[in-house]
Amino acid sequence: MLCQKCKTNQANTHIKQIINGKLTEMDLCSECAAKMGFKTSIDPFPNIADMMSSFLGMPSMNALAKEVKCEGCGATFSQISKSGKVGCAKCYDTFYERLLPSIKRIHGNTVHTGKRLRTARLESGQAAKDIPVKAEKTELETLQTQLQEAIKTQAFEQAAALRDRINAIKARIDSKKSEGEA
Amino acid sequence: MDKKWYEKNGKNGSVVISTRIRLARNLEEFPFPARCSDDLRVRIAEKVKDAVLNSGSVISPRFSCIDVDNIPMGERVSLVERHLVSPEFISAKGTKSLLLLDDESVSIMVNEEDHVRLQVMCEGFDLDRAYEQASRIDTLLDERLKFAFSDTLGYLTQCPTNLGTGMRASVMLHLPALTEAKVMRKMGENLSKLGIAIRGAYGEGSEPVADMYQLSNQITLGISEKTAIENLRSITERLIAQELSYREKLAPRIEIQDKIYRALGILRSARLIDCAEAQKMLSRVRFGITAGLIKDIDLETINRLFVEIQPATLMQSVGKELTASERDALRANVIRNLVERD
Repeated sequence: MLCQKCKTNQANTHIKQIINGKLTEMDLCSECAAKMGFKTSIDPFPNIADMMSSFLGMPSMNALAKEVKCEGCGATFSQISKSGKVGCAKCYDTFYERLLPSIKRIHGNTVHTGKRLRTARLESGQAAKDIPVKAEKTELETLQTQLQEAIKTQAFEQAAALRDRINAIKARIDSKKSEGEA
Repeated sequence: MDKKWYEKNGKNGSVVISTRIRLARNLEEFPFPARCSDDLRVRIAEKVKDAVLNSGSVISPRFSCIDVDNIPMGERVSLVERHLVSPEFISAKGTKSLLLLDDESVSIMVNEEDHVRLQVMCEGFDLDRAYEQASRIDTLLDERLKFAFSDTLGYLTQCPTNLGTGMRASVMLHLPALTEAKVMRKMGENLSKLGIAIRGAYGEGSEPVADMYQLSNQITLGISEKTAIENLRSITERLIAQELSYREKLAPRIEIQDKIYRALGILRSARLIDCAEAQKMLSRVRFGITAGLIKDIDLETINRLFVEIQPATLMQSVGKELTASERDALRANVIRNLVERD
């Protein structure tokens, strides 16, 4: 589709706007979008569908993905990579290995460290106390990378804050360890 | 009934208009919305409605359920203008419903990009309060709905960008001085390096209007809710400090004062005013109030006007469709009544 504004470039940005109480949609090229103040450049994840399909759309990957369908919803991997939308919760099991590289690219991490509900904990059969430690370790690694980055760019104020957080987590992990040993 | 968040002025209200927490959740037993038939969507909508209205919580009776597909377009747009739903939610078809708390601080979108999008809004800068409220409702709903969750990937969402906590924390900031000083673009680039996105007031793809910006966390996997909130908090605090120091520098300048007082003049005397001009003028007057130049108008009034003078919400208030010029006349009137000289 061509950009609706300049009518020369390929449109790659879909814009929804409310003007005078009416919803309007436009397809623009990135140049026109930027001119109109839609700064896609500041979005670190411009288009997940594009990103996933460019990464996952390699021929060998496609060939691999051809037959396998998710048991839960029937989605194939190529459908997911084309739409950028995962079919159902089970897809994350079925296609875990193949989704992982994009997940890593998006978040820089692959392990959840946040809220865990009672049901999820009970079902997993894992001892509840182990989970936070594992989670904190991952968080620690993330913070350490951020710290290196901050030092490199001489953002010392930020670096100091990061260092404090790293120390706090280390202390928590240590205290849990000693509790476990006691 | 309690005042709505946009009728109040909260913590750090000179810069922070509102705080929002949004949690993305899906029901384990159903495919994600894009792969759901209409029948399934109806079942999901019923399950969520039942879980919210019959959760036994004290706030349950205060929720009402809005069948978004079957209300007039004007009403739907007004939901966006009041930041209760996303623009996407009202534009695409497909058995959407909205569960809304009476003071509009909690809204639950059903069948948007995920089965459940729970949102808590509050006035001013109050991330902890908003998160605690959201998390409480989330836990309550999970007992009845069983949200899709994996030990490694956390809450499972239709788009992998929301995996993990499924949480988007955001603050809406009024940054007239930083905008005037033309440093916002640079600021945006720096913030994105820190995992924070800056956008216009209506979220993704929306243009900054009237010096209003929305700041939110980007990463949801491998970072706990607490850390993401801390991150956003410390960056917001820094931005607030910068904005205030720029305001102090700019406010004494005669060119700036001229702009502010002219804006006040327009709001006090216009007989026809469109939404864009009104918001631009409100932004300047807001700056004037916080700089101590304008003393007889309060921030609550300005916050309220920002929301209420938008086209669809304005028409909602009189309960009928209006032409553009009828709206402009009504808008000018509403504003004049509220910013009149004592």
